[in-house]
Amino acid sequence: MKKIRRLAIGCAVILPISFSVMAADPIKLGLLEDQSGNFSLAVIPKIHATELAIEEINAKGGVLGRPIKLIHYDTQSDNTKFQELARRLIQTDKVDVIFGGFSSASREAIRPIMDKAKQLYFYNNQYEGGVCDSNVFVTGAVPEQQFSTLVPWLMEKYGKRVYTIAADYNFGQISAEWVRKIVKENGGTMVGEEFIPLSVSQFGQTIQNIQKAKPDFVMTLLVGNLQSAFFEQQAAANLNLPMGSSIQVGQAYEHKRFKPPALKNMYVTPNYIEEVDSPASNDFKKRFRAKYPDEPYISQEAANAYDAVYIYKAAVEKAKSTNMTAVRKAIEGGGICTNGPQGKVCMDPKSHHMSHTIYLAHVKDDHSIEFPKVWNDIKPYWLGEAGCNLAAKADYSQYTPTNPPKK
Amino acid sequence: MGCFNLILLESSGMTIVTTVYSFLYQFGDSFAYLALSALGLAVIFGMMGVINLAHGEFAMCGAYVTILTAKAGLPLPLAMMTGSLAAAGAGAILEFLIVRHLYNRLFDSIVATWAVSLITQQTMLIFAGPSIEGLSTPFHSFELGIYSFSTYRALLPFFAIAVLAALYLLFFRTNYGIYARATIQNAQMAKCLGLRTSRIYSFTFALGAGLAGLAGALYAPTITAVPTMGSSFIVPAFVTVVTGGANVLLGVLPAAGILGLIQSSLTAVLGQLAGQIGLLLTVILMIRLLPMGVGNLFNRR
Repeated sequence: MKKIRRLAIGCAVILPISFSVMAADPIKLGLLEDQSGNFSLAVIPKIHATELAIEEINAKGGVLGRPIKLIHYDTQSDNTKFQELARRLIQTDKVDVIFGGFSSASREAIRPIMDKAKQLYFYNNQYEGGVCDSNVFVTGAVPEQQFSTLVPWLMEKYGKRVYTIAADYNFGQISAEWVRKIVKENGGTMVGEEFIPLSVSQFGQTIQNIQKAKPDFVMTLLVGNLQSAFFEQQAAANLNLPMGSSIQVGQAYEHKRFKPPALKNMYVTPNYIEEVDSPASNDFKKRFRAKYPDEPYISQEAANAYDAVYIYKAAVEKAKSTNMTAVRKAIEGGGICTNGPQGKVCMDPKSHHMSHTIYLAHVKDDHSIEFPKVWNDIKPYWLGEAGCNLAAKADYSQYTPTNPPKK
Repeated sequence: MGCFNLILLESSGMTIVTTVYSFLYQFGDSFAYLALSALGLAVIFGMMGVINLAHGEFAMCGAYVTILTAKAGLPLPLAMMTGSLAAAGAGAILEFLIVRHLYNRLFDSIVATWAVSLITQQTMLIFAGPSIEGLSTPFHSFELGIYSFSTYRALLPFFAIAVLAALYLLFFRTNYGIYARATIQNAQMAKCLGLRTSRIYSFTFALGAGLAGLAGALYAPTITAVPTMGSSFIVPAFVTVVTGGANVLLGVLPAAGILGLIQSSLTAVLGQLAGQIGLLLTVILMIRLLPMGVGNLFNRR
């Protein structure tokens, strides 16, 4: 009896203390990223960039006086792990916001979970576009930003016959649909289209199919370590065609991993890569290298992950709260921007996507990079024009050019 | 008119040659990849009854050592030999530390070698980084009609056949081969006759690991060097061994031939996805119709 009374007194003393501690509690940022498995190569720089942004923010006093606490789980390039760990972040850790995700398959695996829990989620990665979801904010570039710049430029320079090879899952399928749409709009022809399962690493037949179709250039939308074998194999077979892509170089730095000239004449439109030589980029690289001197490559997704944390900070400061609805409303009110590695970028209130600086990166014979063109402040225009307006109307869908929002 | 016909004939003749060669090239490419991937697994499974799920990691070891030694200045053929030997060495160590204690415990050996595979991948990721820069494919390319082909890849099927021939000689023309076959047939009896069966087992496991390493070494210039690269060998290896059955030579050769034919024709007509589905469907059919594998058809009973 005495014991119980003591316990009760103890509780009575502790409870108010723990409440006051909670007021100054850190903001809990949950991170789901593939630190191991097939995608780890492209994802590890994202994890480091997120850590860098959090460290910088905490060193300057945090957000609203509260430090950010990172809770990172390794999702092992496995979609079921994504689901399991997303639930854990929401239910057990009760995080204020969730970041991360690399492959579109993993994002689609956890999006319903985020929606069910009304969990604020930042997908800090380039993808195939079209996600119009009240709970999801995207800081990566999308096809309307990357292809509407790249494809017409390549068609002008090399010709109008296009062949697409793409990874056979939602990312590759929808990206290929975008290429098809933009090629057609610009008066070109698709002379071939091939979807490759993620487990394929041998491309002999694909290379012959391309040679038979005689395209002017090849769009490669290949994902994962196995598929990247295409580049060395096409060079060995002397395919010798210009290539275009939204993801190569910027994500998995193939131009650093393959011996020249495997990626000769590859054109990519990332929103950032390490080779970008601007004051903002150089400053970012200096801070990044100071913390992670051995990073093989500071990629496009590293910049997107870094910007995402600062976008969240700006939104929380505007909302003066980490309440998820308040943060969402703050972004939907407009004017949430950050000055990151690619310069100033802003969130679009309608579609929850971000504006980007788009760099046209050309891989030369020796695998060095030149930038023949830079497009400033390219807006994620398509979803808004198609009728997605999250500030006015809640939605939880992914749209494509052939499946736009119903008006 | 006659002249026109001749040109037409000539060009169509050329097209036929090109089409036939391009089909043979694709078939050979498929065959070589299946056969070379499978040999190491087939030796270890066929001779010892161990299902080695760390097979892919031996291939990775072969590829990494090949790339690193070639970059250090070793000529490519020597670098590839070093890669295979390194994998064989790793196999001998694994056999001594783990596999030796799990003979006749099929399921335990599966779990243990799977664990070795996961641990190796993650250790490589942590210590060697997510990737290393690869090599360029040796030799140049040659052209035929509208196609151009990689000379190196055109040679790989012949190399695969040479390796099979060497294995045949090893198992049927050397003392080790006789001892090894005796041990498989009846380990107890072999022991009674004075054979040191444990040594034969170690050597055989190292041989299988070395063959996996050779596959990794030969394909090192053509694929990406990453810690998970073993997974690109493990599926073709298992598919071929399941189709071929436990018999190393009589299994792998026809299995890789049949599967290569199915895969390359399906890929040519319907694309990569159909090729992959075709491979797996064939395996399902084989398990249903010939559960002991193609190789068993050739066994004299």
